[in-house]
Amino acid sequence: MKTNSKKLFAGGLGQLTIPLIAIALLVIFNLIRDPSFFSINLSQNNDGNIVLAGNLISIINGASELAILAMGMTLVTAACGGQDISVGAAAAIAGDVFIKVIKAGSVINAGIVILAFLSACLVAMIFGAFNGILVAVFRIQPMIATLILYTCGRSIAYWINGGATPNVKSSILSGIGSFIPGIPIPTPVLIVALMAIIFKLLFRFTSLELLTQSVGINESAAKLNGINTTFIKILSFVILGVCVCVAGIIGTSRLGLINHETLLLDVEMDAILAVAIGGNSLGGGKFKISGSIIGAYVIQMLTTTLYAMKVSSTDVKAYKAIVIILLVVIGSPVVKKKFDKLVRQRISLKKNDSKGAAQA
Amino acid sequence: MQTDPLLQMRHIVKIFPGVLALNGVDFTLRKGEIHALMGENGAGKSTLIKVLTGVYSSDGGEIKVDGQVISIKSPQDAQNHGISTVYQEITLCPNLTVAENMFIGREDSVWIKRKDYEKKADEILSNLGIPARSTQELGNCSLAVQQMVAIARAVDMKCKVLILDEPTSSLDDKEVNMLFDLMRDLKSKGVGIIFVTHFLEQVYEVSDRITVLRNGELVGEYTVEELPQVELVSKMIGKELGELSSMGEHEEAEENKKEVFYEAEGLSSSDALPFDFKIRKGEVNGFTGLLGSGRSESVRAIFGADKVTGGNVKINGKKVSITKPIEAMRNGIGYLAEDRKRDGIIADLSVRENIILALQVMNGILRPISRSEAESYADEYIKMLNIKTASRETPVGSLSGGNQQKVILARWLLTHPEYLILDEPTRGIDVGTKLEIQKLVLKLAEDGVSVTFISSEIEEMLRTCSRLVVMRDRHIVGELKGKDLNQTKVMQTIAGGESENEDKQ
Repeated sequence: MKTNSKKLFAGGLGQLTIPLIAIALLVIFNLIRDPSFFSINLSQNNDGNIVLAGNLISIINGASELAILAMGMTLVTAACGGQDISVGAAAAIAGDVFIKVIKAGSVINAGIVILAFLSACLVAMIFGAFNGILVAVFRIQPMIATLILYTCGRSIAYWINGGATPNVKSSILSGIGSFIPGIPIPTPVLIVALMAIIFKLLFRFTSLELLTQSVGINESAAKLNGINTTFIKILSFVILGVCVCVAGIIGTSRLGLINHETLLLDVEMDAILAVAIGGNSLGGGKFKISGSIIGAYVIQMLTTTLYAMKVSSTDVKAYKAIVIILLVVIGSPVVKKKFDKLVRQRISLKKNDSKGAAQA
Repeated sequence: MQTDPLLQMRHIVKIFPGVLALNGVDFTLRKGEIHALMGENGAGKSTLIKVLTGVYSSDGGEIKVDGQVISIKSPQDAQNHGISTVYQEITLCPNLTVAENMFIGREDSVWIKRKDYEKKADEILSNLGIPARSTQELGNCSLAVQQMVAIARAVDMKCKVLILDEPTSSLDDKEVNMLFDLMRDLKSKGVGIIFVTHFLEQVYEVSDRITVLRNGELVGEYTVEELPQVELVSKMIGKELGELSSMGEHEEAEENKKEVFYEAEGLSSSDALPFDFKIRKGEVNGFTGLLGSGRSESVRAIFGADKVTGGNVKINGKKVSITKPIEAMRNGIGYLAEDRKRDGIIADLSVRENIILALQVMNGILRPISRSEAESYADEYIKMLNIKTASRETPVGSLSGGNQQKVILARWLLTHPEYLILDEPTRGIDVGTKLEIQKLVLKLAEDGVSVTFISSEIEEMLRTCSRLVVMRDRHIVGELKGKDLNQTKVMQTIAGGESENEDKQ
């Protein structure tokens, strides 16, 4: 344990150190408060499946949409040095398209669900490209550019199903939103894992990571090295579009209905926060998707902990803010630098000590 | 010994992770002295300056000002002890007036009325003979005057020690002379000046003493008289200088037989007027002219870096269209940009990532260079170009200027270009690396690569290029080769002498 912590600090604070410490502290805090907080048990749910249940499961499950959005948000942040605040509204549009296509068929089968998913994806990608073009071609600040869709997105979602909030009863949808019979792990958790693997493969089999970071760090140099910076930026928004669609469909499938007003409401700020807690610079450049995913779980665990402590839902936001201030300040370059210096001094002191001992 | 030491630095040690940047360096500055601090990049000049100005804290040694041991923990501390710095890049605000720039951010200025400090500024300016008015917007002054305003600001803050870090790198000759007059004036007023520069001639023009550093260690302190220029250079790079003179034997007759690689007719861009240009395989040519003469704009047009607005381009005799950098790259052209920080390095990325960048872009997004391949490329070029870096994973921004430039050179060499454009590759880097780059250029040409080499130092271009395109006011005004390649002829052409009609043979 001790050698581990030394390794963790020896190279200075790594990008993932702070989010990991935050998770560890939250876990320890909860264990002290309630030793059985993280107990997991098997139980039978309403559909008669044997499934895993417990606080830990509901935290990981509940953070799914956020984690997926944070992955895409990381890429946009890295390439454009700005954030997309329209993800919640765009997810509502994707959800409405999804339900609209499913409702159009007479029967609900796997084929029509896949078709609905692809249609929703296409629509979300088009809206992503719209944001991307505003940012990359017209050079509008990302937050302002995406403010447009943020403002009108839920109205567009409203028009798609004519203002109704249609519900769909289907085992396929509950399979997406909760459990697939025979598998005790919530499906959204599996989807997060799948998305993470897809990103991993994307960075493994394309040079997207290097190109995106180059554009984010020094756009002018990137251009002179032949990188199509416009394309990279639009692409980042289109990829975020896919994430938005997946998150929207998970959210819709959980309830089996689409409510354009409440689906993933206010999720955009949490997604941006997850990116920041993950140690990524909101000014763009170098990034780690894994950091943002951990950031998403930190946020969800914090929320769940507060609810478990019977903090009223109106107060939760204020408590959340306090913890977030701490995390962000500790992760700030100023504090990091001070800390690095302290650690280095300690190490060199220790080295001198051991040298002295050897000589004696 | 006749004057008291104003500043004494003794056995200064500075350790960076894995590097001993300063190893017991001594430095002494006397009152009313201009003291040149010389050394290659990575020799420890900037580190020593940063220790003195409180940007870095030292790991050993002591600093005395006027015989008193002081500790400098921050730039503010340094300022309080009368140590001021004027950096290479102007750090003032161009959109404020000269007076505002001189008094901004100084505690005593909060309640001073505008009129008062304008008057005070005018006094200081006229005192120092700086040709600027206090009410003028700083951005409207020439770079030299901006530099001088920065100095005036430092001087007025009662500085005893003035550090000038590469103050002349963006000035022309006349402006340099103005700056030197100011330096001599300050010297006569008892200010000790530490002068950091890469221009050797300038050292001999104004300095009294020279301290040479190499690899973080003190080589020695000399008076200007006892250290001729050639010896200074050999002290800096630590070896004798036979190779300097033997470089650049031009074989003109042979060159005309080689095939033309690149040919442009009436090429123009948003920033460059139409011009004709061609380069043969294995030829080294240069573009010369004063700053703003259009030499960089012309080569940028060749690379498609700015919006190309017209012209015909042929490569190996075949017509091609080059309107974007990627098209130039696919046609075998590489371009090392003039401004290394702004257009060259991706500072936060590692040396490895910076080296493979251009090749990766040419490969396209779907064909990534594998980690192991990238590592072996990086290792190969770090070794070949002798890049000094802690490891291939070090962020390139933390390397010294000369080594950053080598990383960018490596980036382009890795694409195996047939035509390499180097825009000021040696600006702001040390003598040793300069020589290495010049040698590399000649070697590339031997291997059949065409090279366009741009440098503000005409001497350097004469050594490497076999043909010089001379530009003035955004037009090509002459082309020199063979026996015409000498300093006088180049100067005449730049200044607009009889050679005006040579380009229209």
